[in-house]
Amino acid sequence: MALSAEQSGRLAGLLTEHADRLTERWTEIVAGSLRGRLSQAELSRQARELHRSMVDAARQGLADLADQHGGELRAVLAELSTSRARQGFSATETAISVFALKDALLELMEEGRDAGTLRDFVAYSALIDQMGLFTFESFVRTREGLIADQAEQLLELSTPVVKLWEGVVAVPLVGTLDSARAQVVMERLLQTLVDTGSPYAIIDITGVPAVDTQVAQHILKTVVAARLMGADCIISGIRPQIAQTIVALGIEFGDIATKASLADALRHVLRLTGVETTSRRARRES
Amino acid sequence: MERVPILKIGDILLVSIQVDMSDQTAIQLQEDLAERIVATGCHGVIIDITALDIVDSFVGRMLSTIASISKVLDAETVVVGMRPAVAITLVELGLSLNGIRTALNVERGMELIAASRSDEWDEADVDEDAETTATS
Repeated sequence: MALSAEQSGRLAGLLTEHADRLTERWTEIVAGSLRGRLSQAELSRQARELHRSMVDAARQGLADLADQHGGELRAVLAELSTSRARQGFSATETAISVFALKDALLELMEEGRDAGTLRDFVAYSALIDQMGLFTFESFVRTREGLIADQAEQLLELSTPVVKLWEGVVAVPLVGTLDSARAQVVMERLLQTLVDTGSPYAIIDITGVPAVDTQVAQHILKTVVAARLMGADCIISGIRPQIAQTIVALGIEFGDIATKASLADALRHVLRLTGVETTSRRARRES
Repeated sequence: MERVPILKIGDILLVSIQVDMSDQTAIQLQEDLAERIVATGCHGVIIDITALDIVDSFVGRMLSTIASISKVLDAETVVVGMRPAVAITLVELGLSLNGIRTALNVERGMELIAASRSDEWDEADVDEDAETTATS
C-alpha cells in the first residue's frame, strides 16, 4: 500500500515534531532486544541517522520505498544491516532495529487520535514493513558475501605443496575435497612437479574426513595425470575406517602405492630412489 | 611442409616437437624416425612435447604409433615435458597413452632410458651366468 502525498507530508511533520522522543524510544526498544551488545551512543547515532533520512524522504513525498525518493533511505538501511551482519547479530535482531520504529510511532499516534489516524498508521506501518524486508535482504546479501569470501580464502590456504626431500614433494590434504578444491590441488601439485623437477609425489589424506567415490575419483585422476607427466604418486595417511570404506565401496586403486603414514611413504620413496638410511645399512651389515 | 628435426645425442635420438602436428608432419616424422633409428642404431627415443599446448587424440595416437614403431626397432620411447594442463585434459578425456613411458624433463628421460638399458644388460649377464653354470 503506497503512501499518498498528504500521508507522507503528515509523516514528515510527525517525525520532525517529535524527533527527540521518537529516537529515544526507538533506541530504548532496540537496546532492550540487543541486550547491551551495542553501546547506547552507537544506537542513538543510528536512530538519528535513520530518522533524518526518513524525514528527508517523507518531505520529498515518498510513496514507496522502491521509488526514486527512497534512495538515501535505502542506502542508510543497507549500511545498518551490513554493519549488523558483520558484527554477528541475527536476522531477527537486525529486523527489530527497524520494526522498533513502528512501536515508537504507534505510541506517539495514540495520543492525538482522530478519524484519519488509523488509516495513516496502517500506511506508515506498511512502509516500515517494506523497510524491514529491505533490511533483511541486505542482511542476507552481506552474509552470503561473507560466506563466498571465506570459501575463497579456504581454497587459497588449504593446499600447500611441500618439498620433503630432493625430488620428493608432498601434499597434505586437509578437509573435504569437492570438485573445485580437487582441481586446485591437482593443478598446484602438477605445476610443482614441473617447477621442482621432482619425480615423486606423496598425497597425504590424513586430514580428509571421509573418502567417497567422488573423492577417490579426484585422487585417481591426479595420480594418472602425474603419471602422464612422468612422476609417480604415492597415497598415504589412510586411516582404518577409510580403508574399510574404500573396500566397501569397491574403489580400486590399482597399482598405485598406498601407505599407512607419511613416514612409510617417504621411506618407500627413498628406497626407490636408492637413498640409504643408517638404520637400514646397520641392519644389513649386522 | 614443416619437418620435425631429429637430433642424435649419444645413444639417444631427441625429437622436440615445436609445431602444430598435421597428418603429413606426423607421417613424415614417423618415417624419418624409423630411418634414423635403423641408420644410427640408437636404443632410445625421447619425444619432447614441452612446447605443445594441446595434445588431442590425434597427437596421442601419433605418440603411441611412434612408441610401437620404435619398440619393434628395439628402441625405448620416452615422452617428456608434458604440461600440467595437457595432463589434466588427457585425464579428463580418458586418454591414458597406453604403452608410453613418461618423464618430467629431458634429463630424467635420459636417466630413465639409461636405467632400463642397464637393467637389460644386467638381465643378459644373469642369463649368461645361468647358462654357464648349467653347462659346466
